[in-house]
Amino acid sequence: MVKLKVNGIDRSFDGDPHMPLLWYLRDVLGLTGTKFGCGMALCGACTVHKDGEATRSCITPMSATAGNEIRTIEDVGTNGLHPVQKAWMELNVPQCGYCQSGQIMQAVSLLKSKPHPTDQDIDEAMAGNICRCGTYQRIRQAIKLAGGKSHEPHR
Amino acid sequence: MSHIDNVSRRRFLKGAFGAGALVLTVRYIPPLLAQGKPADGQTFDQTDVDRATFHPNIFVGIQRDGTVYIVAHRSEMGTAIRTSLPLVLADELDADWKRVKIDQAIGDKRYGEQNTDGSRSIRNFYDTMRQCGAAARWMLIQAAALQWSVPAAECSTGLHTVVHKSTGRSLGYGELAASAASLPVPTKEQIQLKKPAEWRYIGKGMLSVDLENLCTGKAMYGMDARLDGMVYASIERSPVFGGKVKTLDDQEALKVAGVQQTVSIDPFKPPAAFQPLGGVAVIADNTWAAFQGRKKLKITWDNGPNESYDSVAYKKELSETAHKSGKVIRNIGDSDKELAAAKNVVEADYYVPLLAHAAMEPVVALAEFKDGKVTAWAPTQNPQAVQAIVSSELGIPKENVICNVTLLGGGFGRKSKPDYVAEAAVLSKKLGRPVKVVWTREDDIKFDYYNAVAAMYLKAAVDDKGKPTAWLQRSVFPPITSIFDVTQVYGDPPHLAQGWTDLPYDLPNIRIENGPAQAHVRIGWLRSVANIYHAFGIQCFTDELAHRASRDPVEYLLDLIGTPRTLDFTNVQYPNYGADYKTFPWETGRLRKVVEMVAEKSGWAKKKSAKGHGFGIAAHRSFLTYVATVVEVEVNHQGEIRIPRVDTAVDAGLVVNPEITRAQFEGAVVFGTSIVRSGEITAKSGVIQQSNFNDYPVARINEVPAQTNVYITESTAPPAGVGEPGVPPFVAAFCNAIFAATGKRVRDLPLSSNSNFG
Repeated sequence: MVKLKVNGIDRSFDGDPHMPLLWYLRDVLGLTGTKFGCGMALCGACTVHKDGEATRSCITPMSATAGNEIRTIEDVGTNGLHPVQKAWMELNVPQCGYCQSGQIMQAVSLLKSKPHPTDQDIDEAMAGNICRCGTYQRIRQAIKLAGGKSHEPHR
Repeated sequence: MSHIDNVSRRRFLKGAFGAGALVLTVRYIPPLLAQGKPADGQTFDQTDVDRATFHPNIFVGIQRDGTVYIVAHRSEMGTAIRTSLPLVLADELDADWKRVKIDQAIGDKRYGEQNTDGSRSIRNFYDTMRQCGAAARWMLIQAAALQWSVPAAECSTGLHTVVHKSTGRSLGYGELAASAASLPVPTKEQIQLKKPAEWRYIGKGMLSVDLENLCTGKAMYGMDARLDGMVYASIERSPVFGGKVKTLDDQEALKVAGVQQTVSIDPFKPPAAFQPLGGVAVIADNTWAAFQGRKKLKITWDNGPNESYDSVAYKKELSETAHKSGKVIRNIGDSDKELAAAKNVVEADYYVPLLAHAAMEPVVALAEFKDGKVTAWAPTQNPQAVQAIVSSELGIPKENVICNVTLLGGGFGRKSKPDYVAEAAVLSKKLGRPVKVVWTREDDIKFDYYNAVAAMYLKAAVDDKGKPTAWLQRSVFPPITSIFDVTQVYGDPPHLAQGWTDLPYDLPNIRIENGPAQAHVRIGWLRSVANIYHAFGIQCFTDELAHRASRDPVEYLLDLIGTPRTLDFTNVQYPNYGADYKTFPWETGRLRKVVEMVAEKSGWAKKKSAKGHGFGIAAHRSFLTYVATVVEVEVNHQGEIRIPRVDTAVDAGLVVNPEITRAQFEGAVVFGTSIVRSGEITAKSGVIQQSNFNDYPVARINEVPAQTNVYITESTAPPAGVGEPGVPPFVAAFCNAIFAATGKRVRDLPLSSNSNFG
């Protein structure tokens, strides 16, 4: 039995402890905002926060989530959009949008540790998140825009 | 930003969570402007449009509360087409965009063609959308005029209202809906389209109606489809195209927790077309269990005739064919004679490998077979093709296949081929339950319909100014038509016309040829398709000739394009992307203009390439759009290539949604970056060697152009494509810039397996 918290709600899981968190979120809890892209932590579409850290849920077994607090895209911007989401909309970042949950979770995490990231900071933090539509230029601008607004209080 | 319900999601949830999927008989009425009633007098009851108080045609409906429903019948894969096309209708209706709700169509021939590919949604439906909107507006005006007892000619529309100027009266569209519904639908001749100066939205655009959902995780893709009682399937397919199961041992697979059973799917009968490939499906309680069970299958395969396919040998074979006389596609003058007699002859070989789509959402589909009917939820570019293949696989009428179109997590052409939806339908019929087939990334890359591998041979005789007096170009690639007819080995006219037949140069002797190539995998459309390799060959060869002549590449390119004229394809097969040639002629003046524009905007005249820092240009017309691109590269001592800046100039005719168009061209250079840097699918003993983003890398944020500037020309020409045309010229311009910085030619893509760069 694995006990964890998902988006503030206590959960317990008694299935196969090897099951990756991604599939628990998607197939068991129905939280489909977190996406399956590669299954090998190569694309970042499955990025969630585990105790505040950007984490690839597709390679995180349930056994490694015991006692953790997991936060998914569904919990970001619930009380008004997060500055990152606002910046994403203002700059019309998404095309197909499939990777954007992961991009946003990664960007939120980056801005928490570096509120005013340089281009190199952005490269380092975001290089694990693939966007096949090619929205990178806008992602970079949106991170900077959101960074400029990071004084706004937001969880 | 207007708030518009994601209707496809709403509909989908209805089905998804047990409120009953819409299963309705589909009927066909040909004229799009008809009253929206089937021939037998019954009313359609399929969409919110159909059910609206006033629905003069199948694309628009208005409720008494003023809500306007507009059908989006094309698939949304990131181009915002389900915003832009309804926006055209809303403009002619004079509707308030904030009161518009989008109704995503199922696959249904009453909407006309729905295959969202070929960068043609706006081009093919712009007029229809305008007419449908204008017809509704005309009827609303008639209804108001009747109510006020004034001539309709005295009435006009403001935003969402009909107004009678002289008396200052006005009535909202909602108030008029019921009375407008009783009026006859106008003929095409009766309706009056707005003048461009009156447009509210066309040319100004609107962001995606899905934008907020895309940023909050609420957008529903095919991967997110759920139905009560559904099971998950993961399918083991023959590692070699066309192989069959010889023996199967599923004992270990069945021991995996969550695995329910295995089900065999028959191998396809050639030609493969959109049939399921066949194999063994592992059925489980959740996706992961299905994946795990599948790993435990023990299968031996009869690999069949493609077992000998080796991409290294194949490349050699294509290249050799490219050096032999081929089928003549277009001929001007006598190139052979001129080349034989010439003093200065230049020749070069170019090569582009197989490419995989690798959309971020792997291929996936959910289907339920019940009472002789199939309801599917699929991220498909082509819902009517879903109806066709499911119908033929299951032996049920097409009308009994309801294909709901979810959002697509990228398409790029892969999701116009519905083999995966057929898999889900076949399995659901066998199991009697809803089945969701989930492809792994590895499946997605190994069992794709690849963009064709191509070899090209170009040869020119040049005069003392370096200008060609004769030009020969020969391409060899396995054609897409091979998936429908295994005997097809030559390029078909529509794909040869993608930047090969239509060499736009004004030269006295031109010979354009194509040689044969047998396919050993499924070949299919991928964003920009044959234009990728054709533009690469022609535009890089042009750059080579310019440099050999010590001439400025822009000046040289313009010299070859020659004076503004319309290309003459008399006695040449030139399908022109399915468009009427009179409406969309090939005008070299428009290509010149984008070249001149990009040269000016990029500051080309002041740019000087030097060691480690180079600029390249290329220009290309595809999908009826003219594009010229300048790429700047920096190469450091380790040979690492950076792209500080890209400038791209576009003439796409009238552009409905400029901001979305800019985004498409920005994305195109990223797609092109992947092709140049690392895009390559190879095969050994018939088995595809790539599997995931580790061995089929696509461009990441640190590898793409730091800045892409897109310049859209003002144009009154009819709207052309914007999704695909940005890729081909970028690929060539990038390679030309690499030469300018390094002195090394890129003739074999990608860089990662090119011994000069890799």
